[in-house]
Amino acid sequence: MSSIPHLDYLDRLEAEAIHILREVAGQFERPALLFSGGKDSIVLVHLAKKAFRPGRFPFPLVHIDTGHNFPEVLEFRDQLAAELGEKLVVRCVEDTIKKQKLRDATGKFPSRNPLQTYTLLEVIEEFEFDACIGGARRDEEKARAKERIFSIRDEFGQWDPKRQRPELWNIYNGRIQKGENVRVFPISNWTELDVWRYIQRENIALPAIYFGHPRTCVVLPSGQLLGLSEHLHLDENDEIVERQVRFRTVGDSTCTAAVESDAVTIDDIIADLLLAKVSERGATRLDDNISEAGMEDRKRNGYF
Amino acid sequence: MDLLRFITCGSVDDGKSTLIGRLLYDSDSVSLDVLAAIENRPAVHGGVDLALLTDGLRAEREQGITIDVAHKYFTTPRRKFIITDAPGHVQYTRNMVTGASNADLAIVLVDARLGVIEQTRRHTLVAALLGIRHFVLAVNKMDLVGNDEAVFNRIVAEYATVTRQLRVSDAVAIPLSALHGDNVVRRSTKLPWYSGPSLLEYLEQIDVTQDVSADEPRFQVQYVIRPQQADLPDYRGYAGRIQSGVYRKGDRVRVLPSGLETEIEALEVGQQEVETAVAPQGVVIRLRDDVDVSRGDSIIVASSTPTVTRALEATLCWMDERTLEAGQKFLLQHHTALVKASVSALLSKTSVETLHRSAAESAHLNDIVRVRIKTAVPLVVDAYAKNRTTGAFILLDEQTGATLAAGMIDATE
Repeated sequence: MSSIPHLDYLDRLEAEAIHILREVAGQFERPALLFSGGKDSIVLVHLAKKAFRPGRFPFPLVHIDTGHNFPEVLEFRDQLAAELGEKLVVRCVEDTIKKQKLRDATGKFPSRNPLQTYTLLEVIEEFEFDACIGGARRDEEKARAKERIFSIRDEFGQWDPKRQRPELWNIYNGRIQKGENVRVFPISNWTELDVWRYIQRENIALPAIYFGHPRTCVVLPSGQLLGLSEHLHLDENDEIVERQVRFRTVGDSTCTAAVESDAVTIDDIIADLLLAKVSERGATRLDDNISEAGMEDRKRNGYF
Repeated sequence: MDLLRFITCGSVDDGKSTLIGRLLYDSDSVSLDVLAAIENRPAVHGGVDLALLTDGLRAEREQGITIDVAHKYFTTPRRKFIITDAPGHVQYTRNMVTGASNADLAIVLVDARLGVIEQTRRHTLVAALLGIRHFVLAVNKMDLVGNDEAVFNRIVAEYATVTRQLRVSDAVAIPLSALHGDNVVRRSTKLPWYSGPSLLEYLEQIDVTQDVSADEPRFQVQYVIRPQQADLPDYRGYAGRIQSGVYRKGDRVRVLPSGLETEIEALEVGQQEVETAVAPQGVVIRLRDDVDVSRGDSIIVASSTPTVTRALEATLCWMDERTLEAGQKFLLQHHTALVKASVSALLSKTSVETLHRSAAESAHLNDIVRVRIKTAVPLVVDAYAKNRTTGAFILLDEQTGATLAAGMIDATE
């Protein structure tokens, strides 16, 4: 008789995520997987392969393109979609701005992060998506720590933290009324370290910007480093430096800071992380620091 | 490395948020920027207000209370921990039920000056009702009673009457001070009469695993994988999570509720064929014969005997503002099975204060009632005391989809 497999904590997190992905497939008519090209959504794709192969994914990948991209990430995205043979839907914030006559982001570092919400709601309406799978984790931010794995949004995409359904055992209630939709977060219970350890164990390919590389950066008043790009509006007082950096998250390039790092392998990154004293969002997101309730407010307005 | 999920029960006044903050802070799980954000806010007692590490919503910070279940994560070299922080206020009992449903261990917090109070009893009852077997009584604020051993011993004795009544067999008490960090992560010299582990030491070493091979094998279909590709024209895989026990290639199985028997031809985990898989792994089962199986059906090892029934006796934690009365109709979600159901009778109500049962005509928000339920189609179930997965269900509002109650199966007819 064969021996009984022992499950470690990564096996358990993986099993939970696969279970959640399959519940989405079982409960919804028109789900989608929100794919940013970042490591968390790449992990979601890997989990979806484990959940649904040899079948096709029961959902397309949807990328909300801010136009402020890291070119390496777009290249990676297209290559991954081609390899998978799955449908990729790309909708651009640029088009939404034109169509809805929105004001584009301005200033020296014009982040289109809040504008993504408009495009996201547009694409949900266009395809009548009833569930959108995202790679958000509860350890990222304290409002996220309070959100359910199946998070019900009203027809405006709004999250109401006081009206959340209790989420009992691993029974996921995705029953909604017309107009409502659900955001689903299969890796809610993973931390940044868990994600990296899983990437290491499963040997998952990532865009090159996650690994240490030389980059021309502008030094922000906070001391953080921002990769130089055509979307920044700099002046002569800005300090431009050449540094060995990597990115801990991948978002709008105008508000996603790099961290100085010589880590070139996943092992190096994990070693870095075990020493790191600054949280992922704290190190890299310029938009959450604006107010203590930054994320809560954006989620209430329909953000991911 | 393994995983421990625990819930913390207590109110803001017991220093629960401070205790969690202390666990995170002293185990180096708080990053500098998060600390900087809370250091910018004034603490009542001076120093850093560790409670701010857990209160995530604006309304919580404004009111200084915890409204909703929060999840916190930390890892030591020995374990990954998932903390479910459930608010202690009376009106939020439903959040505690929610938190307890996914936990293996409960930390019940008491204020050393107050000892065991009504809330302590309620929290222990709810946690025990939800099937938690391991309890830690964290006797907090020991510094405010002069670190007195006699006070601690008196509280331990009081709590023993509660655990005895609830038949909780594994409960340990630890004297501590969350504010000062005594016995939270590190053992303190201020309580020399206490020779046990610190709270974290205890959490790192307690064994909450059960022998999975002793559990009855249960599996429910979530999704049917049918590639319909040229190279796999006949592939039909039943995807789902093993709910309990062990499944093996070649097992003789029965599909329920239909009752058809066949054999496991192949067992796959993440596209790899395996000989054996265990709960809670997600697997794909391929069957030898072409039988009709769809989402919500169970595939059970033929030698095992779950109950297949349309009539249940269950304990409900009622979580909605409306009143529950006999005759009302709902949707019942038993994992991947969603069926129509009605509550045909209310049998009794359990007081969360005295733990006594009395007759019940109706149930209100936060009530715990025993009911009789009829379902439109048969379910494949076990008693909750035997199986925390197949014994659990929720009731939904048919129109809005709102979750109205957590249900635990007591008996099947």
